Amino acid sequence: MTEALARPKHKNPLARTTQPLLPPSARSRKAHGLTLAASVGRFMLQCCGECGKYAYPVREACPNCLSPDLRFQDAPTGGTLISETRIEVTSDPYYREHMPWRTGLVKLDCGPSAVVHLHGDCGGPGSPLTLTLQLDRAGQAVFFAHPISETPNMEDDPQWRELTADPKHRRVLISDGRSPVAVALALALKKAGAARIFVGIADRWKPFSEQAALEAVEGVELVDLDLTSERSVQELAMDLGAKVEILINTADHVRPAHLFDAGAANSAREAMDHTVMGLMRLAQAFGPVMRSRGADGATGAVAWVNVLSIHGLSSVPQFGVHSAVQAACLSLSQWLRGELRQGGIRVVNAFAGPLDTEWFQTVPPPKVVPKTLADAIVDGLRRGLEDIYVGDVAKDIAARLFDNPKAVEREAGQ
Amino acid sequence: MSYDILGALAAALAGGQVRIVDLTQTLTPDFPVIVMPPELGQSAPFRMERISQYDAGGPAWYWNNLSFGEHTGTHFDAPIHWYTGRDLPLNSVDTMPPADMIAPACLIDCSEQSAKDADFLFTVADVAAWEDRHGRIPVRSWVLLRTDWSKKSGAAYANLLADGAHTPGPDAEVMRFLVEERGIIGFGTETIGTDAGQAGHFSPPYPAHHYLHGAGRYGLQCLANLDRLPPTGTLIVTAPLKIQNGSGSPLRVLALVQERSMG
Repeated sequence: MTEALARPKHKNPLARTTQPLLPPSARSRKAHGLTLAASVGRFMLQCCGECGKYAYPVREACPNCLSPDLRFQDAPTGGTLISETRIEVTSDPYYREHMPWRTGLVKLDCGPSAVVHLHGDCGGPGSPLTLTLQLDRAGQAVFFAHPISETPNMEDDPQWRELTADPKHRRVLISDGRSPVAVALALALKKAGAARIFVGIADRWKPFSEQAALEAVEGVELVDLDLTSERSVQELAMDLGAKVEILINTADHVRPAHLFDAGAANSAREAMDHTVMGLMRLAQAFGPVMRSRGADGATGAVAWVNVLSIHGLSSVPQFGVHSAVQAACLSLSQWLRGELRQGGIRVVNAFAGPLDTEWFQTVPPPKVVPKTLADAIVDGLRRGLEDIYVGDVAKDIAARLFDNPKAVEREAGQ
Repeated sequence: MSYDILGALAAALAGGQVRIVDLTQTLTPDFPVIVMPPELGQSAPFRMERISQYDAGGPAWYWNNLSFGEHTGTHFDAPIHWYTGRDLPLNSVDTMPPADMIAPACLIDCSEQSAKDADFLFTVADVAAWEDRHGRIPVRSWVLLRTDWSKKSGAAYANLLADGAHTPGPDAEVMRFLVEERGIIGFGTETIGTDAGQAGHFSPPYPAHHYLHGAGRYGLQCLANLDRLPPTGTLIVTAPLKIQNGSGSPLRVLALVQERSMG
């Protein structure tokens, strides 16, 4: 049975902070089919288009019929433990920090066998297991096996926590408290056991209606943070930089503008300043310290979430500035992901369709209510996802982009 | 004219008979700016980003890039700022006559009324009461409205409620009166605008802007230290940045006060 994770004590100021190390990360290009599946929480393996058999490890041709028609597709998640190994000593620098480590050889229900990371509550050989693909600290896909039914405190298993970004006992910074999703996020994080929730508020002199609702959430502390001001962002990082284990950037600035409007350039610049440059200022101020704390105990720094619009992946004319800005944010987010990966910090992109808020008032349903987005983000952190698509519009566009990006472009706004 | 006026002034400044009072708020990112409905264009607040500070970006020097709207911090409004002044000659900060940049100022103290009522309206009766004590407002003088609003900060300074800002300012009649009957050169306040917080509901809307700029006169807002000025006998220096076709600019406002006039 997993022992419940205790609330961490204050750090010993005389002890050196453990420096982050990464698990082995070499993978073939083909193997990134598993990375894709793990990033969105799917369990996909190669399956032969001719004989229909699943294959693992990832390869170029079917081991059964030698057909080259091997495609990644969703696979059954069941398996049976053949054998287990509790590793006590290793020469790998990353795993040395985490000894002992439980691994097992699993016979997958769909055919192949695989070496997997084993949850502490999995039974011995012969036990049935449920498998998932997870991204490890290096951002690479690995198999993880859970018991088929829930066990007490199973989310606190130390190996599982290495592969996820659970908010439990972690301190979170929400960058923009005026975002329509801020209150719902604070509530969802509180429910998930976040130790403290700092919520940034720009221009405190401008009242806003959700302030009371935010302050009513236990553990929430409102802090001055204006993403358009380098000084403001840096000053907050001086106070809180080493106290933020999960940063959720909720900044957005949706303003309708037509490309040919005289004022469109101003709208675009303002939106860029709030979101793209805001993300950059946040990254410069909080990125280095978070990256350095990627191995800072059981509740060390673990994730950076960017709340993005699906229209960053495909422009919609009605919200052209918004789309362009979101595309730039996505690019910046990928850059940040590369930088933070060195510290084992996961950068999560949560793509939502139009939110059910004032700026999308004229957009017909389906729209995403803030609570759905907030719950999806917290769920994604707890499951260790990297890309989250929230709502029907986002899921539809993501699926169609995967199928035919040109069709998505032509049909946008029609 | 053989009398050395400037020499005498320099001597008075050196000797302390003439004091200089800085009427300017410090430009900081936190200072409130005018807020428009969000679907309209917004004035950019003051922002400062470092170019270098004796570091890799410039080993021996410190400097910054600045950005801000024309109407940020203690700032000057030129006639071109309002539609009523759009067709006047020399109506922008780069073309306005430099002679208009130094002028006497009358200070009318309405700080007590403003302390009691955030929506205090400055009226012709207040001007009449002031003139009874200090004489008629001279032509081409500034009228500076003291409300002590500059002593507030943040939310209290902006005082934004659900129905808009609540800050003191002039009513429509007094602005028409000051411009047409007294020929003032401009009107200055301590609040975010020359108009009252609720002036959008006046007739005409934003009467200070309407009358001042329509007659080629100027506005000053976000002034500070008005409590250190005498009612009369002050000369103020108001030179906005020379921005091509600019509608206004942040500026340093200096008041020259002769000591005896404090009596």
